[in-house]
Amino acid sequence: MMKRFIWLCLILVSVSAKAELTIEITQGIASSIPISVVPMKWSGTTELPENIAGIVRSDLERSGHFSVLSPDDMLSHPSELEDVYFRDWRLLKQEYVVIAQIKLNGQDQYQIRYQLFDVFNEREVLTQTLTAKANQLRDIAHRISDEIYEQLTGIRGVFSTRIAYVTTNPMRTHFNLAIADSDGAREKVVMSSKYSIFSPAWSPDGKRLAYVLLEDSGSKVYVQDLATGDKQLVSANKGINSAPAFSPDGNKLALVLSKDGNPEIYVVDLTTRHWIRVTNHYAIDTEPNWMPDGQHIIFTSGRAGKPQIYRVSLESGYIERLTFEGSYNARARLAQDGRFLVMVHQSAKGEPFRIASMDLTRGLLQILTSDTFLDESPSVSPNGVMVMYAAKYNKRSILAAVSVDGDVKFLVPSKSGDVREPAWGPYLN
Amino acid sequence: MQLNKLFALSVLSLAIMGCESTSSISDDSASINGAVIEESQTQPVGDNGSVDVVTEEHAEAVADPLLEQKVIYFGYDRAEILPEFKEVLNAHAKFLVANPQSSIVFEGHCDERGTVEYNLALGERRANSVKSYLVVQGVSPSQLDSVSFGEERPAMIGSEESIWSQNRRAEINYRTAVANY
Repeated sequence: MMKRFIWLCLILVSVSAKAELTIEITQGIASSIPISVVPMKWSGTTELPENIAGIVRSDLERSGHFSVLSPDDMLSHPSELEDVYFRDWRLLKQEYVVIAQIKLNGQDQYQIRYQLFDVFNEREVLTQTLTAKANQLRDIAHRISDEIYEQLTGIRGVFSTRIAYVTTNPMRTHFNLAIADSDGAREKVVMSSKYSIFSPAWSPDGKRLAYVLLEDSGSKVYVQDLATGDKQLVSANKGINSAPAFSPDGNKLALVLSKDGNPEIYVVDLTTRHWIRVTNHYAIDTEPNWMPDGQHIIFTSGRAGKPQIYRVSLESGYIERLTFEGSYNARARLAQDGRFLVMVHQSAKGEPFRIASMDLTRGLLQILTSDTFLDESPSVSPNGVMVMYAAKYNKRSILAAVSVDGDVKFLVPSKSGDVREPAWGPYLN
Repeated sequence: MQLNKLFALSVLSLAIMGCESTSSISDDSASINGAVIEESQTQPVGDNGSVDVVTEEHAEAVADPLLEQKVIYFGYDRAEILPEFKEVLNAHAKFLVANPQSSIVFEGHCDERGTVEYNLALGERRANSVKSYLVVQGVSPSQLDSVSFGEERPAMIGSEESIWSQNRRAEINYRTAVANY
């Protein structure tokens, strides 16, 4: 009997530990840039702990802005400028080539030198020398991807950022709040519970996560320090305590409380614990999110009968309705310095739930998703380009991503179990 | 067939009664209930509370079979009490008025459509609308409490209307008088 119990524990442990994410690219942009990332020349004797060129290739491919040539289709694998025959790369219709060398520079100290060439003009566009320990090689790979991406698209890369999400077993009796690299690698579980965990929200410095834990007595809001694992109870009032969102300066938390009988938006100063009630309406008000100015909050409200997105001024209390199209608009997030809203959208009752973006200056709404089912929980990358969201796909809860313009799509299923509630973390430096 | 199901249900609720030692709703019992519904496809099982009603002091009141029904269902994105459930709620109201030492926690639940946070709020609305209905029927508010579980504790797992309609619900959970101390 005891033996069987131990086996059961082992199985449970291995199941909960193996919820790593994988990525399947489903759509890239038509005018993607052809690029070759040549396998790096490694002068060491043992195998490299990480395939850096491989990580860079999948980063660039996943962005949708690049079409990446497989190393098997390359005519040569140069690592020095003198071995780069631009004519060959032109023949392969490549616009850019990346070459690199990596060597061991003392104990556990790797030195990587890479060069990015413009094939057509036969000139070097970017060169960099980086050093790292073995456990930092993935960080170095993502950093190289960020540099190349920014050099060629003019947009800051987000390959070095992290995502937070919640994994659960199908019976929903065990929940893990995890963080991972933006490609799903190096998953770390930061909190486990038999209770549902949802609405994870990053602090602007990426050092803390706020989230909701739905205990038997109801929902409570916690803030957890990622380095120490210390978790601090922020709100456990009677009724709902939910939907936390850090202010742009990281000092305050907007959240939803129903202690006065009805869900309303509140703001709490995390240092002084001074509370301010922001909304006051008999309808549901929830899902607050800060505007970059720290003076306005967007939120979902049912005050017009159906959920729609509104903006409130913290100074004046003035409330303005932002969405009019569709029967259900909820859980809005801001992209590109508040120019775009990204939200859950249902065009009419009975229609599917989709992720949509809305240009706030022009009021134009665009539906971004089409292949997944019950799309929800959109979270925008810090460069405002990609939206990660949760959805159903083949009867499983998965994460998926779509660009704010709808052109790039990929799926991020977990290797086992269900995954939901993604939150894209901030830039780390 | 129908009899078999009923028999299976009563055996299971006995089993639940046997296991349940406190009035709190544990995750385990919730999943047991979920499994029951899934297997038997019958409605009124999402209750942990039956355990607490069937105590000796309440024995006579249990005679009203409506008290056995401890789940009521809602329309999509709605929190109003549907007319077909008023009789059930009236029975519970009558019981609570007659037994002021009894108390109830209403659990509000939603189907998986829509956002997690909006559903948490909607679940609370459902629980509160049942609560208000009972207050109107003369039950003291001090006997009534509510909690929302949003879409997080479905009675059944799946993504179709027959399952969603089972998940849009309010569960009526009796607390023993002991639990109030």
